[in-house]
Amino acid sequence: MSGMPDRASGKAPGHTSGKTPGRTPGGTFVGMPAFPRAAHDAVRDPTLRANLRHATRTIRDRRAKAVAELDDWDRLREAGKQIKDHTLRHLGHYLEQLEAAVTAAGGTVHWAADADEANRIVTGLVEATGEREVVKVKSMATQEIGLNEALEAAGIRAYETDLAELIVQLGEDRPSHILVPAIHRNRAEIRDIFRSRMARWGRPAPEGLTDTPAELAEAARLHLREKFLRAKVGISGANFMVAETGTLVVVESEGNGRMCLTLPETLISVVGIEKTVPTWRDLEVFLQTLPRSSTAERMNPYTSTWTGTADGDGPRAFHLVLLDNGRTDTLADEVGRQALRCIRCSACLNVCPVYERAGGHAYGSVYPGPIGAVLSPQLRGTASAIDASLPYASSLCGACYEVCPVAIDIPEVLVHLRERVVQGGEFTRHGAKVTLKPAGGHAAERAAMRAAGLVFAHPGLLRAGQRLAARTRRAHPRTLPGPGRAWSATRDLPAVPAEPFRDWWRRTQEGPGRPERTDGREAGA
Amino acid sequence: MRIALFLTCVNDTLYPGTGRAVVKLLTRLGVEVDFPAAQTCCGQAHYNTGYRHQAEPLARHFSDVFGAYEAVVTPSGSCAAMVRELYPRLGERARAEGRGEALARVLAPVVPKTYELTEFLVDVLGVTDVGAYFPHTVTYHPTCHGLRSLGLGDRPERLLAAVRGLTLAELPGAEECCGFGGTFAVKNADVSAAMGADKVRGAESTGAEVLCAADNSCLMHLGGTMTRLRTAMRPVHIAEILAATEEEPWS
Ligand code: SF4
Repeated sequence: MSGMPDRASGKAPGHTSGKTPGRTPGGTFVGMPAFPRAAHDAVRDPTLRANLRHATRTIRDRRAKAVAELDDWDRLREAGKQIKDHTLRHLGHYLEQLEAAVTAAGGTVHWAADADEANRIVTGLVEATGEREVVKVKSMATQEIGLNEALEAAGIRAYETDLAELIVQLGEDRPSHILVPAIHRNRAEIRDIFRSRMARWGRPAPEGLTDTPAELAEAARLHLREKFLRAKVGISGANFMVAETGTLVVVESEGNGRMCLTLPETLISVVGIEKTVPTWRDLEVFLQTLPRSSTAERMNPYTSTWTGTADGDGPRAFHLVLLDNGRTDTLADEVGRQALRCIRCSACLNVCPVYERAGGHAYGSVYPGPIGAVLSPQLRGTASAIDASLPYASSLCGACYEVCPVAIDIPEVLVHLRERVVQGGEFTRHGAKVTLKPAGGHAAERAAMRAAGLVFAHPGLLRAGQRLAARTRRAHPRTLPGPGRAWSATRDLPAVPAEPFRDWWRRTQEGPGRPERTDGREAGA
Repeated sequence: MRIALFLTCVNDTLYPGTGRAVVKLLTRLGVEVDFPAAQTCCGQAHYNTGYRHQAEPLARHFSDVFGAYEAVVTPSGSCAAMVRELYPRLGERARAEGRGEALARVLAPVVPKTYELTEFLVDVLGVTDVGAYFPHTVTYHPTCHGLRSLGLGDRPERLLAAVRGLTLAELPGAEECCGFGGTFAVKNADVSAAMGADKVRGAESTGAEVLCAADNSCLMHLGGTMTRLRTAMRPVHIAEILAATEEEPWS
């Protein structure tokens, strides 16, 4: 979306959805290769690299400025973290309060343990209205469960109304960013998609459409307007649910969300249980940190709130589907649970050097980037190749943690999940304690780590190894066979010095009459 | 003042020149340096790759070797961060696993007194001009652990700025990771190499002859990238620059 004007670039912090080829209604990406293989191609795609580089750097710099304006940023961040932690500790209590409040306000609450159950509930609710099409607000949760595919299987067409989601849906593409799902596309690509695909979904693109941001936005506006006016059912997610009043909140930039939330007769919201906050006062914190972190705005243009139903105003029926889908399991993990604080601002994606080069699709999930690398293996487990590889999709540079507005220590969780992958152990799956076996494919590494542990426990062995390396140093190749090639394909190996430090030390500093100080000539050589 | 040098396993084996430079520099500044021969590895690679339990004996060993010294100085931001940031976490995790306080208690003494070299120079010795001479243009890459875990700030640049003859060139995108990341460099070699190449090109664009950092692991990755990309720049650890003088120049 590089170069698109702000309002047109598809920004409803926290919520995405779109058509995703290769996905089952169960919400998993089928047959995704492990991260390194998926990244291999992305790194070599110059258009993708340029699009991502430009887009992430622009938003990165703007975020930094927007955050620097606040002198109490650190306190807001800490407050956000504490509000979320408190809510998660008492989640059962607040969810019951939320359910009671939503029900009292005329809404109906449904509980979905997993993606299939959520899809069944929503499909049933739409079928009960007799409608065959729905309009959608950008929503991560419905994307996570693969709702569009489930609806399609039931003969119901879901129209994405967020501009970036529309681009993804028309292009039969997958989203690659939480906030700007079409971030991997540039304006020329978007124009081509509009020209060739819009007619199939409704009003065609205007004749002679160019790739100027204003014309692209106008084409989308015309195309979507007829959908808004016709739709009888709207489907959304939510950024927050306020337990005390049963109020849902959607934060967005375009206003498309507001149309979907107010025009249809029936509104169905699918929301992860961790989106709960206790009170309206708590919102104050997030309504400051979310827009600055996601779009670098002081305040987002549209904040919609709704509480059940109201006579003569907005939808006449409101359904809230509360989604677990791995969240309770995640909550059971002492280190991993902090990932549930996430408010989906996408700041961590925009600063991540790995995301910038690998692109969002390599993460094999609707949650790409650093947060995806810690969330997907927890929500889905580490059984598949892609999920077992995600905890390693990071150099642990810590840039994500630094910008996260709810202080999720992503590197800490990544390392914790690596431990789960290589060592196995006890964790919670579908509400029950299970003991996980170490993942396959790590046997050589495990042996190497054990050998290194042995050497490092015995300085004498380390010394012997170093001496051997020094003695044979002329025979050392600059490139390596086997797994070592991963290093030496792009980087030379350092030369092995003639004398390890500890031998130099012993020769010059120790011996009889120690300590004899350095003889200078040796130093810094 | 007498300190223990924790050189790190990587430097000991592959970069002894950095160790000799630290000894020369600290000795010149009146510090008595000891190199406890029983030292091996802080356990960082084990920990970061997911082998926390295997890192524990290495951390205990570290504490045994260094516990009695007044201060431990290491020319590696990431190893200093391992001790300062992650040793306490090893203790916490052991406690959470129902293994009590034992590990936390063993590791506690070394945590506050382990210093990264530039931190030790500026904060403990209170010097920024170490009397060095290095007549070259240098650009400085602040490594991630130094920057974000230890919060070294501009200490390294202040030390470099005081070196006679040295011209400091600002590195574009300095705060971005070089792509090393320990086993990441091998497990995700494509992305790692792309990050490294971008960092090297950024350094090259400054016109500097030397790319300096306070961690040889990152410099090993960047140096290997440089020779492959055939740049004329050289990777040099900050200790070697600070140790160089007119009488005994860096070579
Ligand atoms: S992990 Fe933090 S920075 Fe990343 S999307 Fe979530 S809230 Fe934002």
